[in-house]
Amino acid sequence: MPEVKVTIDGIEVTVPSGSTILQAAERAGVRIPTLCHHPDQEVKGVCRVCVVEVEKSRTLQAACAFPVADGMVVRTNTPAVREARRVIVELMLSRHPENCLECARNMKCELQALAEELGVRQVRFERKLKDHPKDTSTPALIRDPSKCVVCRRCVYTCEKVQGVAALWPAYRGHETVVVPAYDSDMIDVVCALCGQCIHACPTGAITEKDDTEQVWEALGDPSKHVVVQTAPAIRATLGEEAGLPPGTLVTGKMVAALRRLGFDRVFDTDFTADLTIMEEGSELIHRLETGGPLPLLTSCSPGWVKFIEHFFPELLPNVSTCKSPQQMFGALAKTYYAEKFGLDPADIFVVSVMPCTAKKFEAARPEMNSSGYRDVDVVLTSRELGRMFRQAGIDFEKLEEEEFDDPLGVSTGAGAIFGATGGVMEAALRTAYELVTKKELKELDFVAVRGMAGIKEATVDLDGVKLNVAVAHGLANARTLMEKVARGEGDYHFIEIMACPGGCIGGGGQPIRTTNEVRERRIEAIYREDKRLPIRKSHENPAIKKLYEEYLGEPLGEKSHELLHTHYTPRKRV
Amino acid sequence: MAREHEGAVDLGRVDEIVARHKGREGALLPVLREVQDAVGYLPQEALERVALGLGLSLSQVYGVATFYSLLYTKPKGKYTVRVCESAPCHVQGAQEVIDTLVRELGISFGETTPDGLFTLEKVSCLGVCGVAPAVMIGDRVYGNLTPETVVAVLQEYR
Repeated sequence: MPEVKVTIDGIEVTVPSGSTILQAAERAGVRIPTLCHHPDQEVKGVCRVCVVEVEKSRTLQAACAFPVADGMVVRTNTPAVREARRVIVELMLSRHPENCLECARNMKCELQALAEELGVRQVRFERKLKDHPKDTSTPALIRDPSKCVVCRRCVYTCEKVQGVAALWPAYRGHETVVVPAYDSDMIDVVCALCGQCIHACPTGAITEKDDTEQVWEALGDPSKHVVVQTAPAIRATLGEEAGLPPGTLVTGKMVAALRRLGFDRVFDTDFTADLTIMEEGSELIHRLETGGPLPLLTSCSPGWVKFIEHFFPELLPNVSTCKSPQQMFGALAKTYYAEKFGLDPADIFVVSVMPCTAKKFEAARPEMNSSGYRDVDVVLTSRELGRMFRQAGIDFEKLEEEEFDDPLGVSTGAGAIFGATGGVMEAALRTAYELVTKKELKELDFVAVRGMAGIKEATVDLDGVKLNVAVAHGLANARTLMEKVARGEGDYHFIEIMACPGGCIGGGGQPIRTTNEVRERRIEAIYREDKRLPIRKSHENPAIKKLYEEYLGEPLGEKSHELLHTHYTPRKRV
Repeated sequence: MAREHEGAVDLGRVDEIVARHKGREGALLPVLREVQDAVGYLPQEALERVALGLGLSLSQVYGVATFYSLLYTKPKGKYTVRVCESAPCHVQGAQEVIDTLVRELGISFGETTPDGLFTLEKVSCLGVCGVAPAVMIGDRVYGNLTPETVVAVLQEYR
């Protein structure tokens, strides 16, 4: 690619032709503030915060969108630039509520950071707030358009990354607001509740619904036996809530911190991830033997489940009837665990810590009560748990590592990798291989299904039986794959779908900020966890074996059917 | 006379319009214009069919429908009365014409008369400053208006 020389604030740099001024400035070590710009998105150029002076150009130019030319001279720190940027941010602030201290994104807000970075000390314009009501209609997300700066980052994510486009700018000019069609409540539209818009949003215009108070209440109630389960992805991300760098594995410290909070038992969703493999693996083998319906589609990701209910209801017979690990856990905690330890299930309070906003919706689905009670009482995102740790004054770094409780805390590397895209597939293959071939699997790492490629395909040889598998993450990729399946192409047997890019480590409930670069580091941590664990195949989990011996009988058996399997609801397409 | 399709929207007609444009790049705007011509405005049932047919989300379709001032997501009167509020009309006495229209129709801007006949709107310029003050009703432009003549013009549509 031809290169061009540009001078930025007196520093000469050589960059590929076609680069933007912003990219060239990065090369020159010059920081240009941005807001609508996002490293994982295409250029929008709508907020104008990144304006710079370009020599011979009549007006200031947006650095994020303006392409460099050979010999171009750019100045990023002149009185005109500083004033223009400040005016732009002040204009945004003039329409933005001033209650930062009460905002979920306080200290993690890009608008706030920008105001500080540009030295805004007063807003010289009349304050006129957007008069738009909060949307609290879903159990997962809170949307507050009054905090929206109309940067369109969530619009990009919802359309391009998730293939949903539930959020879109409506009306015009000053009146523009990012809303679902007809200003509908989120619960009434095709939203998957994945929460990826939260990661896109620079402000607090979209946040998770905070359920921490319910958990504090349960923890303070002596009549309640409060148990917690932690999703596979949480141990690879929770450290970020305590200021540790992305990719830090904090399994033992997380367990210790949860005990400090006062949970009676600290259990692990990895245990029911292993159980999912037993049930779903058996379901796959059963469908292969009886001829369908194939491909079998995974059902762990509640954003994905809601998505397929909306957009591909004709493929619902293909979706595994297995509940997600979260819901299997809830059902077992209030039956098997209660019976085993002589507890009244009415007193058991199940808290989940999930990477996910859609899990809040899943736990609230009316059919998720096979224990006779609501199986999972409260779902917290990793952000909310981080908030509880801070409120409790827990110094995460100083904690000694502790172990999960028995028996619902015993798990394997196969359960752990559920947290990354391809993990469910890999875990299933480890077990399916040995169940089908009755031979020991030597090479446990199925690298073909790992990594950030949007759609991954592989053919696995189960001793003569060729299994065509595919993995997609991010709902736009899922849509592409499902369109192929709906056309009858691909000849797949088994497909894993995760709603969020990177899988659960990139979930909508994960720490701010979640970018693709951060996702990759979290994925590395997940595979380190897998390598660290002594058992790496779900069917070798001793607690799972015991569960079948003592309680369930066999995979797909009557008890399993009653507690661990579910059904789906077709929803409207528009 | 009330709007022809009030209540029952002919969705078959909408589907037919969508089918004719489907697959073409930039199909949405021409589809919305034709649907509005056929139905009178852009009701939600029609936009849902447009979204399904063109493979767009309802939010995307709604976003476009609410962006353009000549696309209407709410029912409109049979005739749209567009009053010019720019300077040349103003200095030629547009305000008196406007006041008369508001009084005569009994509605304010953006509203529709209860009989479904007239919707009143402001526009920036009708491009006929030579005959200011001007008003457009439906597709016809009327110039050199006075409070008296504008009432007479309205009568033609009643």
